[in-house]
Amino acid sequence: MKYVLMFCSDGADTERFARMSDEDRLAQYERVARWFADNRSKITGGNQLGFPTNATTVRWSADETPLVTDGPFLEGNEVIGGYAEIDVADLDEALRMAKAWPPRGAVEIRPVLG
Amino acid sequence: MVPSRSGRCLAEGRAGSADEALARVFRDEAARLTSSVVRLIGDFGVAEEIVGDTLVIAIERWRRDGIPERPGAWLTTTAKRRAIDRLRRDATYARKLADIDRGGEIGPDEVDDRLRLIFTCCHPALAPNARVALTLQAVLGFTTSDIATAFVASEAAIAQRLSRARRKITEARIAYRMPADDELPERLASVLAVLYLAFNEGYLSSRPAAPFRRDLAEDAAWLTEGLANLMPREPEPLGLLALMQLNLARSSARFDAAGRIVLLRDQDRVRWDRAAISSAIALLERAGAMGRPGPYQVQAAIAACHAEAETWDLTDWVQVVLLYDVLMSMTPTPIVRLNRAIALREIAGPEAALEEVEALAGELDGYHLFHATRAELLRDTGDRETARVAEAAALDLTRNEAERTLLQGRLLTM
Repeated sequence: MKYVLMFCSDGADTERFARMSDEDRLAQYERVARWFADNRSKITGGNQLGFPTNATTVRWSADETPLVTDGPFLEGNEVIGGYAEIDVADLDEALRMAKAWPPRGAVEIRPVLG
Repeated sequence: MVPSRSGRCLAEGRAGSADEALARVFRDEAARLTSSVVRLIGDFGVAEEIVGDTLVIAIERWRRDGIPERPGAWLTTTAKRRAIDRLRRDATYARKLADIDRGGEIGPDEVDDRLRLIFTCCHPALAPNARVALTLQAVLGFTTSDIATAFVASEAAIAQRLSRARRKITEARIAYRMPADDELPERLASVLAVLYLAFNEGYLSSRPAAPFRRDLAEDAAWLTEGLANLMPREPEPLGLLALMQLNLARSSARFDAAGRIVLLRDQDRVRWDRAAISSAIALLERAGAMGRPGPYQVQAAIAACHAEAETWDLTDWVQVVLLYDVLMSMTPTPIVRLNRAIALREIAGPEAALEEVEALAGELDGYHLFHATRAELLRDTGDRETARVAEAAALDLTRNEAERTLLQGRLLTM
């Protein structure tokens, strides 16, 4: 069963990350790399995403005119930093992977249709 | 179908006991029915829907014709028929249909089925009130209407809640199986929380007419006992069962003749069921012997302190506060802190307790018992004016008729 894991963070997480020493940040990157390595057989795709400040969003107004705005869809502090496409037996396996995600923050697990 | 003795009761129109008989049958048969249908269809979501429909059909027929001699077989046959209809309508199930037509029978009960069922209904990925609704229907045989009545919600709202939960189980693929050993503590906690929520809803119902709905509380206790029997090496189900039984043991004394709530401190302890208390404490000791304390065992121990005390004043309050300290180390919630403060008052006085309570204002502002407790402590420290305001705030927030009467009474005496 396919799911997408979306790796999210909010203002508090971003702050915590910014205040990390270079050493700690390096250690964090290593933990993340290890997570990808450990779960290699279950991950079928994914990417780290560019900063939300470089995002562009298309919305529709009530009269169905598309509106283009600078910035991400999510308002305020919340950011999707990256995603992984996974293929596992069921939700419990997806949960196990998500719970092991080192940076913490939040991980959304969304089933892939079809 | 030959009507049974309870069928004749139905025919004679003794509605109360007939409905009780129906409820008992559904309670006894629901889990087995759901497990059978899941095994037949392979999809929990669809199976659960069929079970819900089957219960409704059964109520209509049995009220008219009486409860059949073998109700379990009747339910299974009816559910199977609906399942086949359903499979026929949906092409993706064509293969399953072929299996059944070839004479695939619903197999015998497996011991693990009931556990699998309970754990699936209580999966943490489902919203808490969805877990409760699913458990009540699929495991205890409540109809959508029964659940709506129990939770003072519309039938449409409950139907939608069940429908969403079934869909999520299917679309997010929540597996129908026992959790792995390392997942078990968290998963078991989720199950016990559902059972306790259902118990409390029955124990202090928010329905206007009946302040104490025994059946939901008793059904939750019944299921907890079943769970404890299925998991004999786990202490927390025993702890929860002891807690429920200790609460139920006091039920005769909780309301006076006029249906008003009697506070624990004022209850006539002669009316407590001493045999039930002894039996509950024995369960708690059995749990304790396993050497793995947990929040429900601690809450039961607190309830046991009350149960063993001859009067409110003779309660071992030092022990109660100590137990709350332990509970805080396990589940540091504002409500536990509030309850600890109530006990603290008995050993440290109202000022110390009030200080604790005031600190919870931010988190518990929407909780009527917070305001009621605060009101009492303010009165005890002599601040009658502020106490009156707090009591009014409590009254505003409580939905339960018996509690409203109690709080109104207290407001009048301020």
